[in-house]
Amino acid sequence: MAALATIGRFFIGFFSQTGQLSLFIVQTLVAMTRPPVYLRMIGQQILRIGYFSLPVVALTSFFTGGALAIQIYYGGNQFNSEAIVSSIVALGITRELGPVLGGLMVAGRVSAAIAAEIGTMRVTEQIDALTTLSTDPYKYLVAPRVIAATLCMPVLALIADILGIFGGFVVGTQSFDFNAAIYVQRTINFLTFDDVSSGLIKAAVFGFIIATMGCYNGYHSKGGAQGVGRATTNAVVSASILILAANYLMTSLLFSS
Amino acid sequence: MTEKIALSNVHKSFGTKHVLRGVNLSIEEGQSVVVIGGSGSGKSVMLKSILGLLTPDSGSIKIDGKETVGLRRDKRADIDAQFGMLFQNGALFDSLPVWKNVAFRGIQNDGMNEADARDLSVEALARVGLGPELLDLYPASLSGGMNKRVGLARAVASKPDIIFFDEPTTGLDPIMTDVINHLIQECVQELGATTLTITHDMTSVRAIADKTALLYKGEIIWQGSQDDLDASDDPFLHQFINGLPHGPIEVEGQQLETAGY
Repeated sequence: MAALATIGRFFIGFFSQTGQLSLFIVQTLVAMTRPPVYLRMIGQQILRIGYFSLPVVALTSFFTGGALAIQIYYGGNQFNSEAIVSSIVALGITRELGPVLGGLMVAGRVSAAIAAEIGTMRVTEQIDALTTLSTDPYKYLVAPRVIAATLCMPVLALIADILGIFGGFVVGTQSFDFNAAIYVQRTINFLTFDDVSSGLIKAAVFGFIIATMGCYNGYHSKGGAQGVGRATTNAVVSASILILAANYLMTSLLFSS
Repeated sequence: MTEKIALSNVHKSFGTKHVLRGVNLSIEEGQSVVVIGGSGSGKSVMLKSILGLLTPDSGSIKIDGKETVGLRRDKRADIDAQFGMLFQNGALFDSLPVWKNVAFRGIQNDGMNEADARDLSVEALARVGLGPELLDLYPASLSGGMNKRVGLARAVASKPDIIFFDEPTTGLDPIMTDVINHLIQECVQELGATTLTITHDMTSVRAIADKTALLYKGEIIWQGSQDDLDASDDPFLHQFINGLPHGPIEVEGQQLETAGY
């Protein structure tokens, strides 16, 4: 009986969380589409989520591009390696590594920060205070963060694409003596618009996931400092898992059709 | 007198914990009602239910005769606009300076410009005995008593019809307690507002209550005026206002014998 009760509790908890998250997303989407729109808050969040994430995304992408070039060069056929390295680095970065690694890095930085901030506001009754001051917390706190992250992530992914390819270029030209002009030319010739755009679409979805999970976990945190700590951890873990799962789903949808 | 707030048979549970068990309370216009009760008696849940932050499982809560239970947030904007609220720990927005906190409703809802918002803040701060030098400070740099006074300034800044006070003097020293009680009295008299205060501080009750209600185990078990409070021989009330360890009120989660009594 105890085992059945445990299984029952697990499923009730799972469906209850799923329902609560679904309602949260619906309320967020409604808040995003109805006035008032807090443009100043959106601007602030673009600065915090987008601009301040630039260094970490840029460095991650640059070194990943470089490492990828080394792996392809030594792992693959070194004959005609100049063409293979440039094309696979470009493809790997734009389609997968740029948006996914960028998304995971931003998830670690931004989801945690959002969950901690909103969680602290929850446990110190600041969210209740907002409501009593006739301000909808979904419109004032959640929507600006979700809008900002959804807009910023594609831009960050594009920068990650450029710097990732540049990382491969630096390694290729400096370590393997590839011809710079040919490397660039082959990258341009090989890449298609779809390669880049699919990565940017993924990045926008990852941005939505990052901010939504940060806001959701913060908004529902309880139990003081420990609760805020738990919300922060849950935000990062859930955002990272959802990014990887969504990446798989979108890759299947975008490239199987 | 007109009934401003009316609670009728309000129930609220969290899982298996039945917190409010049929609360009945009537507050008339301009009246200052204080609800007292021990920790875990349901005071905060009752207050949050009136504010619409929690939805009761059953019962009725009317503001100016209008039913609010089950009313969506966007349908109760006119009711919310009448409210001012002082939270237990101030609940000031720590990302905003004092002037933006105090004039928050005006800035966000009425599109008030900076000059007007600062003027409004100066006026509201003056009402609670604070000067304009605080305007650009952030809540983190304020003391506990100062935090509460700024919270009070925010609560009265929009000149609300109904003001709620959640444990206004908890955590304050006796002098600051007296200051806050007097400020509440002054603000309320000046604005002619209806107020509901929840507290377990009897000095606040003596200072600000027109009517006192005792909440115990989710029910109002006694209510009356200041005179009734002293004259009553209700054993629950007697134990609570005198802070006696023995009596009909059970101390939640604690065996009195093991607590040294």
